[in-house]
Amino acid sequence: MINKIALSVADALAGVKDGSTVLIGGFGTAGIPAELIDGLIAQGAKDLTVVNNNAGNGEAGLAALLKAGRVRKIICSFPRQADSQVFDALYRSGRIELELVPQGNLAERIRAAGAGIGAFFCPTAYGTELAQGKETREINGRHYVLEYPIHGDVALIKAERGDRWGNLTYRMSARNFGPVMATAARHTVATVHEIVELGALDPEAIVTPGIHVSKIVRIDHVATQAGGIKISAKSA
Amino acid sequence: MSSYQKRSKQELARRVAQDIHDGAYVNLGIGMPTLVANHIPAGREVILHSENGILGMGPAPAAGAEDYDLINAGKQPVTLLAGGAYFHHADSFAMMRGGHLDICVLGAFQVSSTGDLANWSTGEPGSIPAVGGAMDLAIGAKQTWVMMDLLTKQGESKVVAQCSYPLTGIACVKRIYSELATLECTPDGLRLIDKVDGLEHAALEQLLGLPIAA
Repeated sequence: MINKIALSVADALAGVKDGSTVLIGGFGTAGIPAELIDGLIAQGAKDLTVVNNNAGNGEAGLAALLKAGRVRKIICSFPRQADSQVFDALYRSGRIELELVPQGNLAERIRAAGAGIGAFFCPTAYGTELAQGKETREINGRHYVLEYPIHGDVALIKAERGDRWGNLTYRMSARNFGPVMATAARHTVATVHEIVELGALDPEAIVTPGIHVSKIVRIDHVATQAGGIKISAKSA
Repeated sequence: MSSYQKRSKQELARRVAQDIHDGAYVNLGIGMPTLVANHIPAGREVILHSENGILGMGPAPAAGAEDYDLINAGKQPVTLLAGGAYFHHADSFAMMRGGHLDICVLGAFQVSSTGDLANWSTGEPGSIPAVGGAMDLAIGAKQTWVMMDLLTKQGESKVVAQCSYPLTGIACVKRIYSELATLECTPDGLRLIDKVDGLEHAALEQLLGLPIAA
């Protein structure tokens, strides 16, 4: 019998090794797998490469993982924000490596990894400093830059509902990077707010089929608030 | 000495909105371009795209009705119109890069007369670079429009022969909407679409330090 339901976050993250590349979903306040990031901090893996759209906000979540000195390199599109002080300090003191990637390239490089694509030519960033040193080609009169996939050892994503086969649905713009990251990692862990019986998710509406998911963990239903702070639905 | 009145931010947003056709799929960049949404002429149906996976994005919710799972690219809470859809990030950027959006409206630090765009970095030493979706948007939409003031606070032209700031994209800007004039960027340089009343053509050229075809 297939049962991808993990009893705890710790159980789902038990195998994460030092030196792993960890894909972490989320954009702004939406879709951040906060409980899994906290779990990764507790789990202890270090020397990580983290792939996320941003580089952490405030002092919690990804910022706390950075602050704990566990991240060697971050691959992201938009590290600098009003409250990215933890990343800013590490970067300015040379204690973290940054690979800055245009957001569409970030998504497509992750997608390519999940789809078994070896590399792809893309028009984004042609002629800019973010394409320096990269192979280019003119195809049908347009200029393209060669981009390589980003594979993850682990993906940590936040979904809404799931079943024991690992099928997932998402909620609103919290979907963002989750579905592509799920395809691109050897071990994908998703949090869900609700675990349902097989067949209860409308097959027409399943966004991530379970083949891409290794473990799901149910967490209490929480409402995401401004700044990404989460409080329980009861007190919301 | 010519006497003229600059377009206010709202007037500028209204001017941009006038040119957005019925049925257009549009991405409005962070900052001033978001004002354009408030000025779409009545009777025109325009579908707004947000890079984080929304088509049919609606206005900000009423106070107290915010849902932080539903935000725009600027991370502000928004709503979804009836008929709207959600999709993941790779699909969202495929919409841009695949040329499916009709128009994107962006802010800029500099635009060259042939449409090179610089809007992501001032290249200052020690600054932390951040690009987000700017490079994908600039080269992806069928038409990229820039909405900006023509002059910096110091009075320098932001329309230039060649950008000195790091580029976002090459020859990607079709039009510049500004407080003084609307300009088209062509392979041969700038062409005037319109300007505010009372501003002489020669005075505009002098402000920019560039020739503008009438």
